[in-house]
Amino acid sequence: MLQLFLLLASALFAIGLYGVLSQQSIVMIMMGLELMLNGVTVAAGAFWHYVAPASAPGQVILVVVVVAMAVEMAIGFAVVTAIFRARDVDMADMAADLKR
Amino acid sequence: MVTSAPLWSVLVVPVLLAAFTAVAVAADALLAARADGRRLSMGVVAPLAEVPRLLAAQRRTTLAPDPLLWRLGLATVPVAGVLSAVVIPFGQVTASRMSVGVVWFNAMEVLTWAGLWMAGWGPNSVLSLVGGYRFVAQGLAYELPLMFALISAAAGAQSLDVAGIASAQGRLWFVVWMPAAFAIYLASVYAFSFLGPFGYPAGRDLAGGMLAELSGPDRLVLQAGRWLLLTAGAGMAVPLFLGGGAGPLLPAWAWSAVKTVAVVFLLVWGRRRLPVLRADRYAELAWVVLIPLAIAQALAVALVVLTTGGTP
Amino acid sequence: MTSAVFWVLAPLAVVSGFGVFRFNSMARATFALLISFLASGGLLIWLGLAYLGTVVILMMVMEMVIMAVFMIAYMMNPAGLMPMSMLHNRRGSLAISVAAFALLAVGILVTPWPHRAGAPPRDATFALGEALMGPQMLTMITLGFALFATMVGAVVLATHRGRYDRFGDDLKRRPPADPARGGVGQ
Repeated sequence: MLQLFLLLASALFAIGLYGVLSQQSIVMIMMGLELMLNGVTVAAGAFWHYVAPASAPGQVILVVVVVAMAVEMAIGFAVVTAIFRARDVDMADMAADLKR
Repeated sequence: MVTSAPLWSVLVVPVLLAAFTAVAVAADALLAARADGRRLSMGVVAPLAEVPRLLAAQRRTTLAPDPLLWRLGLATVPVAGVLSAVVIPFGQVTASRMSVGVVWFNAMEVLTWAGLWMAGWGPNSVLSLVGGYRFVAQGLAYELPLMFALISAAAGAQSLDVAGIASAQGRLWFVVWMPAAFAIYLASVYAFSFLGPFGYPAGRDLAGGMLAELSGPDRLVLQAGRWLLLTAGAGMAVPLFLGGGAGPLLPAWAWSAVKTVAVVFLLVWGRRRLPVLRADRYAELAWVVLIPLAIAQALAVALVVLTTGGTP
Repeated sequence: MTSAVFWVLAPLAVVSGFGVFRFNSMARATFALLISFLASGGLLIWLGLAYLGTVVILMMVMEMVIMAVFMIAYMMNPAGLMPMSMLHNRRGSLAISVAAFALLAVGILVTPWPHRAGAPPRDATFALGEALMGPQMLTMITLGFALFATMVGAVVLATHRGRYDRFGDDLKRRPPADPARGGVGQ
């Protein structure tokens, strides 16, 4: 059962990885990152339940991952806003260099 | 001692909620008629006569809509109202005694954000879209003060379980020593059902906002959803701030019903009395004034609980 | 013990996660991601983490709605009415992600996982709260600082007007010159 949950988590991680590597738009890349962190959340929850249910630090890891998701989205949207203001487009290819 | 009812009682929740919603709509019709100076003979049930009329009316179609998101968004609004009412105890019985009932209520009411944005985006119409975006802006404004008001009630009872919060008000109701949280909670009920002073997303300057392109069963679903959310919010105020089913003479479920109806009457009366506020007036107020006020309220509650070792 | 809940929610999470990158309409892609998150929140609740699962549902609904707003604002083809392909190096990334999944799956199936040690606490939420306020207080403080830095950094990156744009060159103009007036006059 733990293995089924971990397979689900790695499937979500792999789909997110496909999105991150193939998408051009920065917001879509962020959605891929969210999927990867989703996979990590499910895996951490499965480990807590099936390996160490009495450990509270196992739940703390979940809190950290959820906070990481929120932080990533906030900074990602701020960066997209800044890039859009500078170049009027949200492609990741043209953001490779930081100069105007 | 609040007990959890068997699983089929989850089906009773929509029926009960619909009954209280009918009371709310009837009260609204009564006050409207009194304000117009009309006499009200069968008028109290006139809004309920809208139900078969809207069911039989023709649906409106627009050019290049997104039908999946449109229907899904419209359906989400009443579903969110019903799901958020599942944790409300009615007297001594609750349909679902979740240990994190307050957080569940919050999560289900946030589903209206998704539903109303989709309902605004679906018909591919400018006024609908503006209405949906206005609701998202309003949502950002009310959500954090609402969360802190809910946290104040939960901290006062040292429990996230709604029935636990209701039974922790044995000596003193929370509305007495957490007035700011109660006021913020009632304002948020107006905000997430976009009625009354926070009816800006469906305002008259937008020809109804999300309601502009709706006719027939779609319109019924969204209007019913608004009133269901208002009633569910009023119902949740009873165990959170008004002591649940506690009271001298009547049985617990009667007191729950009486208090719910009282809060519903208060909200419907306020809807007619208060003007609609524009977003640029209340958004900054919510972020700059209400959030510190709600945090200060939560801090006061936490200090009281720590020093007295329980409720006062 | 493979329950019906898992076999409903897990394929839903995977299929909607895959649908994120298949839909032409950006709004539909965002809500497909939301469905994937709701499914994993449901799985967390089923695993006994009631508070964390409900918090995941709560946060993700709000985040996805805000993400929908940003996607419609910034992307070229928000409603998918003109089918266009926004991918680069599609086969390479597909190969890499399939290889990653294969490696992870082999590792999952081959590793001798430890047996369950202990029983879950009676109130998992209370245990989490006690841990965060006690032994894991350092984690709590670090998360607090990270969130604060995020708030400040996001505002600094996103705003293009500073004090001098709002209050004039001598910082004396009241009320400030904003495109939309606030309700408090700040």
